[in-house]
This record gives sequence, structure tokens and C-alpha cells, in this order.
Amino acid sequence: MENFKADNYKYGFSYPEKPAYKLEKGLNEDTVKGISRIKNEPLWMLSYRLRAYKTFLSKKLPLWGADLSGLNFNDLYYYLKPSQSNADTWQSLPKDIKETYDRIGIPDAEQRYLAGVKAQYDSEIVYGSLLAELKKKGVIFLSMEEGLRKHPKIVREYFGKAIPASDNKFSALNSAVWSGGSFIYIPKNVKVELPLQAYFRINAKKMGQFERTLIIADEGSFVSYIEGCTAPIYSQDSLHAAVVEIFVKKNARVRYSTVQNWSRNVYNLVTKRAFVYEDAVMEWVDGNLGSKITMKYPSVYLMEKGARGVILSMALAGKNQFLDAGGKAVHLAENTSSQIISKSISKNGGGSNYRGLVKVCANAKNCKSSVVCDGLILDKKSYTNTFPVMDVAGKNAQVAHEASVGRVDEEQLFYLTSRGISEQEAVNMLVNGFIEPIAKEFPMEYALELNSLIALEMEGGVNA
Amino acid sequence: MLEVKNLKVNRGGKNILKAVSLSIKEGETHILMGPNGSGKSTLANALLGNPLYTVAGGKILLDKMPLVKLSPDKRAKLGLFLAFQYPVEVEGVSMRSFLRTVYIELKKSGENFNKNLVESLKLLNINENFMGRALNFGFSGGEKKKSEILQLALFSPKYAILDETDSGLDVASLRTVAEGISALKKTNPKLGILMITHNPRILKYLNADVVHIMFQGKIIKSGNAALVKEVEEKGYGDTKSKLIMMNSERIG
Repeated sequence: MENFKADNYKYGFSYPEKPAYKLEKGLNEDTVKGISRIKNEPLWMLSYRLRAYKTFLSKKLPLWGADLSGLNFNDLYYYLKPSQSNADTWQSLPKDIKETYDRIGIPDAEQRYLAGVKAQYDSEIVYGSLLAELKKKGVIFLSMEEGLRKHPKIVREYFGKAIPASDNKFSALNSAVWSGGSFIYIPKNVKVELPLQAYFRINAKKMGQFERTLIIADEGSFVSYIEGCTAPIYSQDSLHAAVVEIFVKKNARVRYSTVQNWSRNVYNLVTKRAFVYEDAVMEWVDGNLGSKITMKYPSVYLMEKGARGVILSMALAGKNQFLDAGGKAVHLAENTSSQIISKSISKNGGGSNYRGLVKVCANAKNCKSSVVCDGLILDKKSYTNTFPVMDVAGKNAQVAHEASVGRVDEEQLFYLTSRGISEQEAVNMLVNGFIEPIAKEFPMEYALELNSLIALEMEGGVNA
Repeated sequence: MLEVKNLKVNRGGKNILKAVSLSIKEGETHILMGPNGSGKSTLANALLGNPLYTVAGGKILLDKMPLVKLSPDKRAKLGLFLAFQYPVEVEGVSMRSFLRTVYIELKKSGENFNKNLVESLKLLNINENFMGRALNFGFSGGEKKKSEILQLALFSPKYAILDETDSGLDVASLRTVAEGISALKKTNPKLGILMITHNPRILKYLNADVVHIMFQGKIIKSGNAALVKEVEEKGYGDTKSKLIMMNSERIG
């Protein structure tokens, strides 16, 4: 634990576990059944989980990307219910849980600029809110469990349709043991002007968090959804394996922003995918700062003509971190377009990769795609790589790709320091400038948070 | 006083400056001329402590304070400023936030930043929307030079080294920049200037107290403004029988 003390991680605190219910450590069929039983689920979900568990067992760990051999599935807790009820006021939460969110600043953010909040603590959503006017318009913002209870037909229609359990080992694991996450439905032509936010907090040791999010934006609607996450610093590892499925119907637009700030003992292995229909727009804005290992490639499947997908991804990897991030754009229809911009920074022995795929299917004519991935390395111990894959079968495709990997420019550094700025601050300035094209796409408050998090990360010198 | 005493500077293992000495008193304007490769920019970079240049001997003193061992930011804080020959572009950092950061760093407070910025912009006839652009990014040659002089005006150092601030400018831009510098001198008469130039025209706008001629890493001659005329007529090499006409100079 002492090893982590040098880090400037503000959210490494924890509170003693006081679970209302906790499943025994380890993973087997009883774990899966136990979770389903606690949630009092319909039979189809239980059998879905059990099938997914079999799939999980049959799948190998990925042979590419990060080394996951240190992950011991039987040394994790798969379900911890932190309190008896799901509160709609912060005051009615247990004191330690309320304090946690106060320290992170969620109630304050909610007051100032959010249309709704879901707060997950270990395995369950413990708090939820949504502006009354949005409820009136038919906007649904529930925990996944509530969604399943109150809107079983919609959930059954969409659940696992963008990301089948069999997609990869971790989507299978999530499908087997999922708990928490958001269920969102935005009715036709409803524009949700203020963002909805979900906040994921791991508190317990050796915890596995497996939230499951489903967003359906009906025709002509708009929603901006933000997720944040933090965890205590423990010497033992935790696992976060989420699945996020989004359906963006004709002419709708969804913007999904992430500020990932897990403590550096968290494996963050997340599958995110959006199906984008006619003339609809999906935007992933993905900021990765924390975690021990991240593998995450938000994807857009451009299903119908005119669909557009944007993936903006930023990663800052420091000591003992490996962030393998990027995006996938799959063009399945004509006149679809995609844009991927990735900026990664590696320092202090950290590694960050861009891994991306652009696929234009044979029947998808006149598609456009542009990929830019830039890596910045701040010292000799650190590394970065880019793995862009282009698979273009459709006629008349315009696919552009630019990549650069570089170190901090000495000339720039001298220019800034010669003005009176310390080398440390000059590097910060250059790093902030480097990621600015991505940072500016976050809602303002989050862009500021991102900048201050990066400044914190950078403290203690480039070579510290 | 800014004093350079027997300064020897290497770059990439090669000796470039060979025992250069000069001293600039408060409020004085010195002109440094010399052919390409004579070491003028090396002197400018060494004065601010560019890590690519190594001081192999000699001293730099700013009001008696030795600078050679100090990092560039410490030198700037003591009141030294370099207007770069090729100002560096920094994407993603806005002019305003850059200027503000430096201002606060130098003055230890952001007080009067906006007021001083507006005044400096006015002095140099720069449009305020300049401030929303990224630092020197995509600026024209003239804009970059204006950006340097704007910083000079705003940061109000004790001594400024202007490395060919007048080069690569069209007549109108040259006039704006030169008039800006002379206006600055009026508002801040204590400012000492070392102006590196190829262009005698700048002297139309600036009164030179001392002119130095640099050749092959040494100052071979110093004198008053009349020396500029001499160089203009005879070239740099009058003492070396080499005739290198300044008209052939564009960059260097």
C-alpha cells in the first residue's frame, strides 16, 4: 500500500465495509444464481446469465493488448450490496456512502449542472435522481435492475443485442454477473439539454464491479451522458468489467463522455458499443487517466445510411499503468462517416497504446473515415504504440489515417521556460495543449476536472 | 547592468562563441550585427540558458547576479527576455492563457493583467481576437514577431534580447514592430535592449547607443551608430579583408 502513497490520487480513501449483503468470494455457477436470486429476476435473465457464464468459461483471455495473467477470477468478490434501499435523497443514504459522494463532489455537481444522477457503490445503484420536467416528457433514467422490473419488454428487446455475451471474455463475464448500471430511454424528439451523470465507486477490497448500461435514444432525440469513476487505493487488485450498449435511432444524437479515474489497482476491461441508425450521430468522448490496466475500444456500428460516429479518446499512463485504448468504426451502410481522434501520453514508465479498427463493409458505398492518433512520450522509460487496422471493402471509400509519436519538443520547452515558467509547468502546458482537441469536447466542468487531474498526475516532475 | 564577460559557448561539441564580452547599462540600446553563422543567435540563446548550448567559460551577470548556472525560467524571473528569431508554435494553448500564466509567474499576481494586456495590444495595434488563438500557432511571420513584442510589452523585463525581430517582415510590419519597440522604450526608458539585426533600417526607429560587430564568434568591433553606416558601406570583413555584404543576408 505504501507504494501508492507517492501518487497524487485524491480519491484513494475508503470506508469500512458494511454490506447489507455480500456474496462469498469467487466465481462459480452459484455466484451467478445468487446474484440473480437477490435481484429477483425473471427466468429469461437467469438463463441468459448462466449461458453467458458458460461462454465466459469457454473463452480464453485475449492474446493481444495487455497482460491479464495477474487477474485471479477466484480471488474477487462478485456481489456486494452496500445498503438496503435505493435512495432518492442523499440524506437518506448511510453516512459513509453519502460522505464518499460528497468528497467526490457529486451532489454539488448535481445541483449546478446535471439533469439527473445515478450513483453506484460497489454492486448497486444507491442513489438516483432525474429532473421532474424530464420525467414528464417520458425520459426514463433508472438503474438496470429497475429498468428490467419496470420495462421488461424494452430491456428484453435490446439487452445484449449490440454486445452479445460471446463478444469477448469480459462481455461474457459481465453478462453472467452484471449488477447496477443505468437504463435510459429518451423518447422521440426529446432533447435532454443538461447532461445525465452516472458515477461508479468501488469501496470494497478485491471487488469486481460489473455494471450494465443500456441507452436507447429514440428518433430525433438527444442526450449527453457522463460517467465518472474512482476507487480506493488497495494493494490487492479490483476488476471493473462493464458493458455499455447504446442504440441511436434515426436522426438522434448521443454523446457519451467518460472520465475514467480508477485507482491504480483496478483492471478496467470494458466493452462499449453503439448501433447508429439513419442520419444519427454517436459520439464517444473517452478520457482515461486511472486504472492499472485498461482495455477499452468504444465502437460505433453505422447501421443505416448517413449514420455518423465520432470517437475521441485520450489516455495518460503513468507509473505501473498500461492503457490500451482506441476505438472501432464499422461501416455497414452507405454514406456513413466516422472520425477517430486518439491522444495518448506516457510518462514515468507508463505505456499507452492506440488500437483501432475501421471496417467498411462491401455493400457500404461512399463512406468516409478519418483516423488521427498521436502519442506523446515524456521520458525514456515510457512507451507508446499505435495499432491501426483498416479493412475497406466498400466502393468509393475515403479513408484517411495519420499517426505520430513524439517526445516533448525541446524548442517548445525552451520557449516556454525562457518566459519564466518552470520546466514542470511548461511540460504541463504542452500536455494540456496536446490533449486540448479532446479535452474541449467534454462538458466544461469535466474539461476543467480533466485538466486539474492531469496537472495532479504530472506533479512531482516528469521523471518522478 | 547586463554583463557578458569572456563568454565561451559550445553547441554540439563545437565551439561557437570565443570569449565574447559586452555590457549593457540600464536604458541602453545595443545593436549586434554580423554575418550568418557568426554566433549572434548563439549568444542570444546562451544568455537565456537554452540547454542545447553549453557555456564553456566566462560569465553572464544581470545586476551582478551570475546567470550561467540558472535555468531559463529563473533568468526570466530576474528580468531577462528573449524575442525569438523563430517563435515556437504551441498548439492547444491559447495566447491569453499562456500570457496570463507567464504574467502571474513573473509578477506573482494576476493583478492588472487585463488592463496591461489591453494597453499592450493597443500599443502594438493588435486585434483582441488574437488572444483566442493558440500560441503562435498558424501565425504569419509578422504576427509571430508581433506576438514576441507583445510579450515584451506585457512582461516588462529589465533587459530584452531581440533576435532578428525585424527580419522576414514586409515594410508595413517592420514599421509596426519597430514603432512598437520604440514606444515601449518611451513607456519604459530603463529597458536595456540588445538588438540582433541585419537591417540598418531599424535604426530609423531606434536610437542605438552602441553597435557591436560579431565575426566568427567574436566581437571584432564596437562603436557608436556610425559603425552601422560603415558596415553598410564596407561589409563586415573590413578588418579581415573578407567582404560579406549584408544585402545577401536574409536569415542567420
